Amino acid sequence: MDFLHDILLRPFMDMAGQPDFFIQVIWEGFVAGILYALIALGFVLIYKASGVFNFAQGIMVVFAGLTLVGLHEKGVPAWLALILTIGVMALLAVCIERFVMRKLVAQPDIILLMSTIGMTYFLVGLGEFVFGGEPKQMITSQLGLPTGSTAVEMGERGLIIFQHIDIAAAVIAIIMVAALAVFFNRTRIGRALRAVADDHQAALSVGISLNQIWAIVWFAAGIVALTTGIMWGARSDVSFALEIVALKALPVLILGGFTSIPGAIVGGLIIGIGEKIGEIYWGPLVGGGIESWLAYMIALIFLLFRPQGLFGERIIERI
Amino acid sequence: MTAVAQTPETATDAILQVNNIEVIYDHVILVLKGVSLVVPKGGITALLGANGAGKTTTLKAISNLLQAERGEVTKGNIVFEGSEVQSLSPNELVRRGCIQVMEGRHCFGHLTVEENLLTGAFTRRDGGAAIRADLEMVYEYFPRLRLRRQSQAGYTSGGEQQMTAIGRALMSRPKMILLDEPSMGLAPQLVEEIFEIVRKLNVEQGVSFLLAEQNTNIALRYANHGYILESGRIVLDGAAAALRENEDVKEFYLGVGGEGRKSFRDVKHYKRRKRWLA
Repeated sequence: MDFLHDILLRPFMDMAGQPDFFIQVIWEGFVAGILYALIALGFVLIYKASGVFNFAQGIMVVFAGLTLVGLHEKGVPAWLALILTIGVMALLAVCIERFVMRKLVAQPDIILLMSTIGMTYFLVGLGEFVFGGEPKQMITSQLGLPTGSTAVEMGERGLIIFQHIDIAAAVIAIIMVAALAVFFNRTRIGRALRAVADDHQAALSVGISLNQIWAIVWFAAGIVALTTGIMWGARSDVSFALEIVALKALPVLILGGFTSIPGAIVGGLIIGIGEKIGEIYWGPLVGGGIESWLAYMIALIFLLFRPQGLFGERIIERI
Repeated sequence: MTAVAQTPETATDAILQVNNIEVIYDHVILVLKGVSLVVPKGGITALLGANGAGKTTTLKAISNLLQAERGEVTKGNIVFEGSEVQSLSPNELVRRGCIQVMEGRHCFGHLTVEENLLTGAFTRRDGGAAIRADLEMVYEYFPRLRLRRQSQAGYTSGGEQQMTAIGRALMSRPKMILLDEPSMGLAPQLVEEIFEIVRKLNVEQGVSFLLAEQNTNIALRYANHGYILESGRIVLDGAAAALRENEDVKEFYLGVGGEGRKSFRDVKHYKRRKRWLA
């Protein structure tokens, strides 16, 4: 009975007993969830446009962050480093399209997946070679991002602390998603991107240049990666360990659906908040450390009951 | 249609000439074994033949969609409006005015009908006003699409999808449309409707058509000229009216039995026409 009590009742009593702490936990989970969502967003963009599962999205986050910090270390002013990094991501997108995608078009999916794993290790090597392998401090204040924190009092119940960088991350993520939504639905290129996502062959037949579209979509994913890299780097540091964290995007995608931008966001938030709450309130039962695998368990359950995810596009097929 | 009366070999106003092309898939599978054909400017030319004869491959060789399927033209050449086009990308070809409507419609299922139509204008650089005017024109030809403009194309009927696919091609301001199997999976009445619109587009917009069709009967009623393809070779060609009266065509493709050929043993094999060697 004690066991059931611990699982079913105590955590909720803890939550109710210390609401300020509970809200703090949710906020922490929310911010982590936003970062998961951003990484997942990068995956979704490329998956939609080219059907490629881009294993390299995680390393693109690290690479973008590393380039930014590395350039600044070499004496480039922060704003110029940011512009140069965007340029590097564009160059990377063009190179990936030119030397990988174009050569492998019409090959089976598994070959394209393998090629992205290859890219991952290429970028790891390149990043280490140019900027060194040791973790770096993100240039948060130089980029004009806020660094302080605000404490909000909750009557007599205590107080909640909001890091300004976390608030900035949330705002920037929302702006970016809104911008992407407008881009996809209102512009000629965005429409072409969705067309390519639906049917490559048909897109080709109406004169949409796949090469151009792919370069654009890899660039968009690169920008998303750069944003994620900055935000995540500001919370911890910029290091290759981030690449492992980026794999958390997998359960997020399974939850949200591989083809859905809203899915990536909602999935990210569910995973982020869920694993924080699980870790704090249920973790002690098994000695903690469930944060690292809880997300994958949730994904597994989803695979059993709803394989297309929460928002995955059902395949429209006329019978 | 005065251009139709002349034989294609002597037509100087051909919009498209395919000269003895050979197509190989995956470096080993020989699909077209020397196909030649001519589409006169402003004409409707039918490419007929059974399943697997090579109709789709011929069209894709022209529109250059073969590359994406690991096929390539290994011999011969393709001339569109006087210049060789076999090395151009599909989007360059669309820009020059040659667009394919693929077999099985291939609409963008998650886009609305209107968005589908607008994707057809991707290669155009003449501004939003001209594109909106053409959208209006497409809706004039296909009033049904106007009613369904906000529906996701994946949920529209087969006929509406075929109309969307043709309308989408029209949005690129084509000089020539390669139309692959427009009758596939449609009710006879709808097939008739679609072919009527094809004829209207041909007459009013001056669009030339090369259409691949299994439905020989209807194709020969609307086309001016026909080619018959069998296992990767052109075996017969002529004016549509003449083909309709041809005994062999009647028997093999129109389902009208020839006299005295009750057994399969009597079926004659076509000889390849070695026109290109002459």
